[in-house]
Amino acid sequence: MPEGIAEGIGASVRRKEDRKFITGRGRYTDDINRAGQLHAFFVRSDVAHAKIKSVDIKKAAAMDGVAAVYTGQDIADDGVGGLICGWVVPNRDGSATHEPPHPILAKDKVRYVGDHVAMVVADSLATAQAAAELVNVTYETLPAVVDLASAATAAEIHDGMANNTYFDWELGDEAATADAFSKAKHVVSATLRNNRLIPNAVEPRAAVAEYDHIADSYVLHSTTQNPHLLRLVICAFVLNIPESKMQIVAPDVGGGFGSKIYLYAEEACCTWAAKKLRRPIKWTADRTQAFLSDAHGRDHINKVQMALDDNNKIIGLRVDTLANLGGYLSAFAVVTPTYLHGTLLSGCYAIPAIYTNVKGMATTTAPVDAYRGAGRPEATFLLERMMNIAAAEIGMDPAEFRRINFIPKDAFPYQTAVALQYDIGDYEAPLDRALEMIDYKGFESRRAEAAKRGKYRGIGLSSYIEACGIAPSAVVGALGGRVGLYESAVVRVDPTGTVSVFTGAHSHGQGHDTTFAQIVADKLGIPLANVEIVHGDTNRIPFGMGTYGSRSLAVGGTAISKAVDKVIEKGKIIAAHMLEAADSDMEFKDGKFAVAGTDKEKSFGEIALSAYVPHNFPHDRLEPGLEETAFYDPLNFTYPSGTHIAEVEIDPATGVVTLVDWACCDDFGNLINPMIVEGQVHGGIAQGVGQALLENAHYDENGQLLTASYMDYCMPRADNFPSLQVDYTVTACTHNDLGVKGCGEAGAIASPPALINAVVDALSPLGVTDMTMPASPEKVWRAIQNAQTKAAE
Amino acid sequence: MYATDYVKAADVADAAAKLAAADDGKLLAGGQTLLPTLKQRLASPDKLIDLAGCGLSSISKSGDAIKIGAMTCHADVANHKDVAAANPGLASLAGGIGDRQVRNCGTIGGSVANNDPAACYPAAVLALGGTIHTSKRDIAAEDFFVGMFETALDEDEIITAVTLPTPQKSAYIKFPNPASRYAMVGVFVAQFADGVRVAVTGAGEDGVFRASDIEAALTAKFDAASLDGMTMSEDGLMGDIHASPAYRAHLIVEMARRAVAAC
Repeated sequence: MPEGIAEGIGASVRRKEDRKFITGRGRYTDDINRAGQLHAFFVRSDVAHAKIKSVDIKKAAAMDGVAAVYTGQDIADDGVGGLICGWVVPNRDGSATHEPPHPILAKDKVRYVGDHVAMVVADSLATAQAAAELVNVTYETLPAVVDLASAATAAEIHDGMANNTYFDWELGDEAATADAFSKAKHVVSATLRNNRLIPNAVEPRAAVAEYDHIADSYVLHSTTQNPHLLRLVICAFVLNIPESKMQIVAPDVGGGFGSKIYLYAEEACCTWAAKKLRRPIKWTADRTQAFLSDAHGRDHINKVQMALDDNNKIIGLRVDTLANLGGYLSAFAVVTPTYLHGTLLSGCYAIPAIYTNVKGMATTTAPVDAYRGAGRPEATFLLERMMNIAAAEIGMDPAEFRRINFIPKDAFPYQTAVALQYDIGDYEAPLDRALEMIDYKGFESRRAEAAKRGKYRGIGLSSYIEACGIAPSAVVGALGGRVGLYESAVVRVDPTGTVSVFTGAHSHGQGHDTTFAQIVADKLGIPLANVEIVHGDTNRIPFGMGTYGSRSLAVGGTAISKAVDKVIEKGKIIAAHMLEAADSDMEFKDGKFAVAGTDKEKSFGEIALSAYVPHNFPHDRLEPGLEETAFYDPLNFTYPSGTHIAEVEIDPATGVVTLVDWACCDDFGNLINPMIVEGQVHGGIAQGVGQALLENAHYDENGQLLTASYMDYCMPRADNFPSLQVDYTVTACTHNDLGVKGCGEAGAIASPPALINAVVDALSPLGVTDMTMPASPEKVWRAIQNAQTKAAE
Repeated sequence: MYATDYVKAADVADAAAKLAAADDGKLLAGGQTLLPTLKQRLASPDKLIDLAGCGLSSISKSGDAIKIGAMTCHADVANHKDVAAANPGLASLAGGIGDRQVRNCGTIGGSVANNDPAACYPAAVLALGGTIHTSKRDIAAEDFFVGMFETALDEDEIITAVTLPTPQKSAYIKFPNPASRYAMVGVFVAQFADGVRVAVTGAGEDGVFRASDIEAALTAKFDAASLDGMTMSEDGLMGDIHASPAYRAHLIVEMARRAVAAC
């Protein structure tokens, strides 16, 4: 039907939610105010590593308008639990991940600049902030531990945790890998650094905590990406509150990129204090606090070796990774560099033997956790850099070197050497398309033309695979995960045939209101305008897992689809009863329940009405109403893949890298809303190019964050980008009903190595073979200077 | 920010009186640096005295100079046809400061009074040999810019206008800090009948300065090629996480070369 074509699956429907966002009518946590609310401000450590000798709150507490000042001692006296780690891994020696305590207010020691030391609650933010300046903390400073490479031999950060190592994990067959290297014709080695990033969601973290002392219940408005997960953790592990007494509401949330997955100290402190003071408490991070205390991302050092045989096929890969996890273990800090990193090391290549060892290290820096891509960008960066380094060493075209090592399209399902089983893929198709889009064959003439203008031009490929929509729960549990990874949906049909969908996934910018509605509208044959998506409130939605890891469509969308299927099945029985036909003769198509082969039919609206006004209804078989719930626990990850190609020009006089062209072809399976997918790809590439070219979190040797504002932390801007060429190939996911794969992280995963490969390619005529991220102007200029000096010698 | 009293001055004399009466008053001249500073609680004046209503926004061309009122915003300078015709370097400098919002709030008087070592305007004022008019006197650019965030202004002195001589040719080229987009190195080149003046911002530990070697080379021959092979000493240049003194030294010559080419 026409509506189906215009609004259903596959249509680039404009986002339903954009009207409110574009006109400033979004309702964010900081927009929420409660009568009698107090404001919290946190006293944060200004030293990286120290023993707390004393915290003097007298002056602050005595200030007019201050309701309370709390310290780590108050938290400890009240028996409040610490923040927890949501996933742990075994060490190589069989022992467990070291999980040091992470109190919500530091009591004995601080472990990074920004660590929470005291909480001031006052009748205005200005008063709270002024009082916070009167809290006098005396420290006995200890040596800062900033350098990742030497962290193991630096000052002990957590009592009894040897070598500042949280865990020492391995994956793969070490002996088989060693054997492959012993037989190799070429061995290619490199040390590759993955730089540290700060997520920078547009909306900083915020919380409004309320306590009702009559009902003994709480409402916490929060900027979380996963309200139920937050509820579970804050209730069961930190504050010992019955879950039924806690409502978490995540209203409009302005971006997260992973940084809003975790329960943070501030939300827990506000909730705890709201009960103590019997007043609502509000806290909103300013940008400086966000820089200091949001979980950071990436920050790995990788020693990589790749073994090639006589035919230039990769026969072995060994990766030793040091992952900087900061002063405390954040909730998913452990899984990110392990099961979301080591398992991706086969990329889209048939590599028979892989071994990886990952050491999770403590430093006196902010906690590091999942950030858009979470482990997969780090794995893809090292692998796709190695593909180019190896191709250069053996003198082979990097596209061809990738092609001969791809897992062939007839080899699926494909079991990698690092635990994953890819269900389906075709890696040559997007490679070929991307090469065509960028005119790969014509590149050398573009290089020559640029050289005439005095510019170095380079091209760089990245053929990535990623694993997203992490699942199944049982496997995740066996690997140390402490959460389920299903998603839930309730599809509630109203008597007039409109539909409300209650999803456990949470939109913080992804466009769920539109994409999810398209699935429902398409399947039920009703207008998109008749479908409302409800998310983000634990009192309204079924227990759900929220949004991260490119899971919402593949897992949450499939749950919705399954609930809609149940609605249709029930509708068929109601219609069969009304039409006096057998259930098995009923068909549902284009919004109508029809008896096959006849003109007898009932519209979806008629069946909905009948379900709630059940005068002519199969009461012997069904209960009235038309509302169905589905929980969907996937059988496997989904495996998006594709090729991204960057083309850059470098000005040798300044070292400035200009991105001049970008072509990508991704395989996300079936697309529900291609326009939203394209937006996700654009955003992902922008973040990846940000990492490769501009962004870097920089701590000085004393553990002070030098990039704690936009004056020094360089975010990508629109004028850093050319128009991006985006296209798709499709191999439908084999194990979800919609045949979809995740698309949210792909751009951020694929793009950094493409950009760096292009920079190195541009400089390769000078003999430059590597470039660390970000490829900042001075770094590039120095590489050129050094190459010219070397050439002159 | 800390609580502060905001008052609007009627004219320069009123502003001076209000400034004198305040314990720790600050003049608000667009506020593009001062307001963020206040928000971060890095300053706590008891009084903010806004100069916006003092009638100091004007641009007038007289003979061989352009006089710009202290409260003239960057956008007005950038878009003024006399400025563009007489002093294209100045127009492009003003049009390249910050973003559209900043250019419509920030003022020339505010910029030179703050003397941020990475601000653009000081390079123009020094390269053009400008004169800073104040509530008390006229100060030559050479004497005005004393050091990083330091000027010759007395505590109670208010800039009223800046006069900038019209050069034969001028250009300003900025290498922006990738993050802040302030000048990491900004070079203003001005050619006059009696020689070339070149001022550098964003690079000096003491703020804006004249590059005498570059001036001499360009006075000898006003051609970008005159700078071939020239190297700057890195002594006295800033180093930070974005650029070392050596890189800044290199960029000064390179930006000067580009400025000459743009003249």
